[in-house]
Amino acid sequence: MAPESEVSKTIFYDYHVAAGGKMVPFAGYLMPVQYSEGIMQEHLHCRDRAGLFDVSHMGQVIVRGEGAAEALEKLMPVDLQSLAINQQTYATLTNEQGGVLDDLIVTRWTEDTFFLVVNAGCKAQDITHLRKQLPDFEITYLADRGLLALQGLEAKNVMAELVPEANTLVFMNGGHASIDGIDVYITRSGYTGEDGFEISVDPADAFALADILLDFESVNWIGLGARDSLRLEAGLCLYGHDMDQQTSPVEAGIIWSISKSRRAGGANEGGFLGADVILEQIASGASKKRVGFLVDGRAPVREGAEIIDEAGTVVGVITSGGFGPTLQAPIAMGYVPTELSAIGTQLNALVRGKPRPITVTKMPLVPQRYFRG
Amino acid sequence: MSEAVYTEDHEWLLIEGDVVTIGVTEFAQEQLGDVVFVELPELGAELGAGDEAAVVESVKAAGEINSPLDGTVSAINEALVESPDLLNIAPQSDGWMFKLSPTDELDASAFMSGDEYQQFLANNN
Repeated sequence: MAPESEVSKTIFYDYHVAAGGKMVPFAGYLMPVQYSEGIMQEHLHCRDRAGLFDVSHMGQVIVRGEGAAEALEKLMPVDLQSLAINQQTYATLTNEQGGVLDDLIVTRWTEDTFFLVVNAGCKAQDITHLRKQLPDFEITYLADRGLLALQGLEAKNVMAELVPEANTLVFMNGGHASIDGIDVYITRSGYTGEDGFEISVDPADAFALADILLDFESVNWIGLGARDSLRLEAGLCLYGHDMDQQTSPVEAGIIWSISKSRRAGGANEGGFLGADVILEQIASGASKKRVGFLVDGRAPVREGAEIIDEAGTVVGVITSGGFGPTLQAPIAMGYVPTELSAIGTQLNALVRGKPRPITVTKMPLVPQRYFRG
Repeated sequence: MSEAVYTEDHEWLLIEGDVVTIGVTEFAQEQLGDVVFVELPELGAELGAGDEAAVVESVKAAGEINSPLDGTVSAINEALVESPDLLNIAPQSDGWMFKLSPTDELDASAFMSGDEYQQFLANNN
């Protein structure tokens, strides 16, 4: 892994530059923050048509060995033993304090083979963690492999022409497939709130696959800027911002990601790092919680802005915020004491010293359109 | 009509007697990206050179616009409040930001001419 001072490039770097991508450092990679259309248009294009994202900076990791499901369950509060082949689940890698080391998607490839997609900024740490915690298992980091996400209303129309069987997949399921002779692994998943697909591809075929997808009039490259506004509208956490080693999945409002069987009274209760803290928080509640906010007026409220109550006391902090192009309004998420987390609670966020009214709002702010069959 | 002069902070100034109209350049609007909110100074506010005069928020970030000179705010472009995207569409005309009445007599030669600004852009990119 490159030290932080060095920047890496994904397999698609030259492709982005040729497409007008404005390249910026992100999690150790030079990535396109936007292309010539700009964040607003890219965001709307993805929702209304189809967006292509290079997410090859993320870590693609294979964990293999007899009993891998049971072993991985010690590191994440999910039920992997019941996961069907080619089914995937969202999960958190927890630490002993009940905090979150990373969030990830785990796909079962075979009985004893799991495919993990982890955050770019965490992958070195995650691989070290996996190797230390699971010394008897084969941990393979697919450093050069490409990963593309095709997201949005028309993503399925593209698949209908290229690989119709992909459209039979329901949300959070995957399978091996061939696109014009290119072997890929496709899952129905994403990070935009839209229906869509993530396609893992060998680096040798990466450009050819991008060419095939971009040949569709409906498909445009989408940069990191719109990726952020899309996931924010969809209410999805950005690791390192909305969740970190000091926050638990309960505080982050993702209790849904903890399988019932791993909770108190479940068939496979506890047994993961930080289980004592996390199960206690599920039982008694956490003292703070991540919530979504609608913002009065047009001024965006951004990460780091303090949240104050009626008395002017600082009670929380904004962890993600910006302008939602689909909503045409500023939106944010952040942490507040649980007693101030009810939908409709009125608070203020300090923007350049001035209080801006914000209201706790149900997430997602833009309805998710996942394909559930 | 006089020609605009420019600053290294990518602002343009149109000096017409006692009224200086200020906005951001085409280069600046491109760098900012889609503008969604503009906070303008208050009418009558006295600004020193370098003071924060306005804030421009784009989808991705907030940018400060500093006053290029000492002066009193004599007008603000209210249209930007309702239509912040004017700043993207016409940064050097309808997207002007505010007007200042300079405290001291202004020396236009302290700023860059249009040609000098283009040269400055070429040298810095």
